Amino acid sequence: MALPLETAPHPETLKRVAIDPLTRVEGHGKVTLLLDADNRVQQARLHIVEFRGFEKFIEGRPFWEVPVAVERLCGICPVSHHLAAAKAMDQVIGTTLPPGAEKIRRLMHYGQILQSHALHFFYLASPDLLFGFDAEPQKRNIVALSALQPEIARKGIQIRKYGQEVIRLTAGKRIHGTGAIPGGVNKALTPEERSFLRKDIYAIIAACREAVELVKRLFEENRAHYEAFASFRAHAMCLVAADGALDLYHGGLRARLADGALLFDHFDYSHYWDVILEDVKPWSYMKFPFLRALGDCDRGWYRVGPLARLTLCDYIPTPFAEHERKEFLAFDEGAACHATLGYHWARMIEMLFAAETIKELLHDDDLSRADHVGLAGERRERGVGVIEAPRGTLIHHYRVDENDQVIRANLIVSTTHNNQAMNEAIRRVAQQYLDGNELTEGLLNHIEVAIRAFDPCLSCATHALGKMPLIVELFDAEGRPLDRLVRGADGRCQRA
Amino acid sequence: MNAPAKLRIATASLAGCFGCHMSFLDIDERLLELIDLVEFDRTPLTDIKTCHPCDLGLIEGGVCNAENVHVLRTFRQNCKTLVAIGACAVNGGLPAQRNHLDLRDILETIYETEGGLARGTHIPNDPELPLPLNRVHPIHEIVKVDYFLPGCPPSADAIWKFLTDLIAGRTPTLGHGLLRYD
Ligand code: SF4
Repeated sequence: MALPLETAPHPETLKRVAIDPLTRVEGHGKVTLLLDADNRVQQARLHIVEFRGFEKFIEGRPFWEVPVAVERLCGICPVSHHLAAAKAMDQVIGTTLPPGAEKIRRLMHYGQILQSHALHFFYLASPDLLFGFDAEPQKRNIVALSALQPEIARKGIQIRKYGQEVIRLTAGKRIHGTGAIPGGVNKALTPEERSFLRKDIYAIIAACREAVELVKRLFEENRAHYEAFASFRAHAMCLVAADGALDLYHGGLRARLADGALLFDHFDYSHYWDVILEDVKPWSYMKFPFLRALGDCDRGWYRVGPLARLTLCDYIPTPFAEHERKEFLAFDEGAACHATLGYHWARMIEMLFAAETIKELLHDDDLSRADHVGLAGERRERGVGVIEAPRGTLIHHYRVDENDQVIRANLIVSTTHNNQAMNEAIRRVAQQYLDGNELTEGLLNHIEVAIRAFDPCLSCATHALGKMPLIVELFDAEGRPLDRLVRGADGRCQRA
Repeated sequence: MNAPAKLRIATASLAGCFGCHMSFLDIDERLLELIDLVEFDRTPLTDIKTCHPCDLGLIEGGVCNAENVHVLRTFRQNCKTLVAIGACAVNGGLPAQRNHLDLRDILETIYETEGGLARGTHIPNDPELPLPLNRVHPIHEIVKVDYFLPGCPPSADAIWKFLTDLIAGRTPTLGHGLLRYD
């Protein structure tokens, strides 16, 4: 079964338009469109163009090094990788976390959610929503935002800064910290640090509530457009707490099908491969995960992230965010829940949830307890750590041998789960807005608007070898040859 | 009197994790001050997709594929001053750990043999995907670099000091506490 617009039957007869590089997203990607003579879109693809190979070179490293090594996958949500790896290594050393340690990690994580969601909305995506998808390109950025809407820009900077400060005090550094270690955290929070953070949290909660209002207003003012733009029903997956509450640090997996039926619930993620498999397509380094029960990627692809989480959880355990969730679900009889732009609204509600959770945690004296590392117990070979990262479910899976070395690693990063959903979204946009039209810069930005809604972190994703013979030569600054790579017709690469 | 011309800055992330760009944003409210002094050309924060003549180019990340080489050379041609920001640009950083492994082997494991894959998957091979290089290179191996700012990432204060020195026409110096490698 082929998906519509994924592969044109005769690509050689079509003209190619590329959006390269994608901008105002985190990471490295591009979109290609193939159009026929009447400008009808025949093919649309989102390519992830970088290949890193983390899973391979982490092999042989000592397991306790992993939480600080893997966070270098992504400087936008390093805490997510840091914590997912630490959770996996907790299992390897067979420990149970003391209550203070888990709460400090939760605090770090919600600081991460706060800063990442604020970064995405205020620094990257909001200019499209505030100034129009086809505003002049010079207007679509944080510089214009700070000139035209200085109050909104300043609030956004403050929310992100606060989240980064929570991370600094729990992890030691704003980016690539060292706080989580197998079995716990490397330091507790002092009462002074807690009162320092408590000082501003009420202002941050207020700013987050305004941000939710802002997106809600945008939806109210542009109902038809926002509800229709790249809108579709899809399967969805996320972690939920044992009682069905939204919990971004820990829980069981829940998946619901596009028709509303529950596929699985409270599934123990330590054997996630029973419910998820990954496919590979020749034109992207990013894999295509799917729900195993549905057979293949074309039928089994799903959405993750804020929109999936808000529609899947039974409730949000903080009052302001729960109130907003109900409004979001009820809006035009659920229209926002299937809308790609609904991601923005859901994301701002989660940002509010993160701020409220941080406030509660900061009042908890367990954060300052002296016992912040658990005792090692029975050693296990396998560790699987799963967390709801800002962009969705993040899976880290390791095997560690008796010499403490990692012998196998598999990571499924959040953005990868959304791979097919993002491709689906750009194909909708191509049909809704581009088909048969003279392509303008503003129209092409519509494609990026759809991708941005998912807040993809292409930095975490990966890249491939072509079938055409190709030679790449690399010279140094003085013109001396440095590296030469030949790709044969069989796709094999050789150093020449 | 005319206002002094603004310094034009371009930035790019090659084989980096965006952490250096994030650390730049960690200047927090000082970003609003900076906006008055500089204008941005190609960066991941604007929708300008190619680099034009600039005063300053900031490069995050090493060079891992053919496209990185192209972007880096375009930056060198266009930027009067080119800066390697962070461990990856300075010496390859963590991605360079793949340098002692065979590329083909890595790709096979990840796309063909690993558990959890659907049946019969292959290494992606579409011409739209830039060709990976066998090794990850620090940027000074490919172009001349004017300044190196170490750290993973360099702190926001270090980036701020560096930029404000340059804007004021001073030779940038990082004093005690700002020059770090972690
Ligand atoms: S130097 Fe560190 S923070 Fe900067 S891109 Fe490399 S890994 Fe990321």
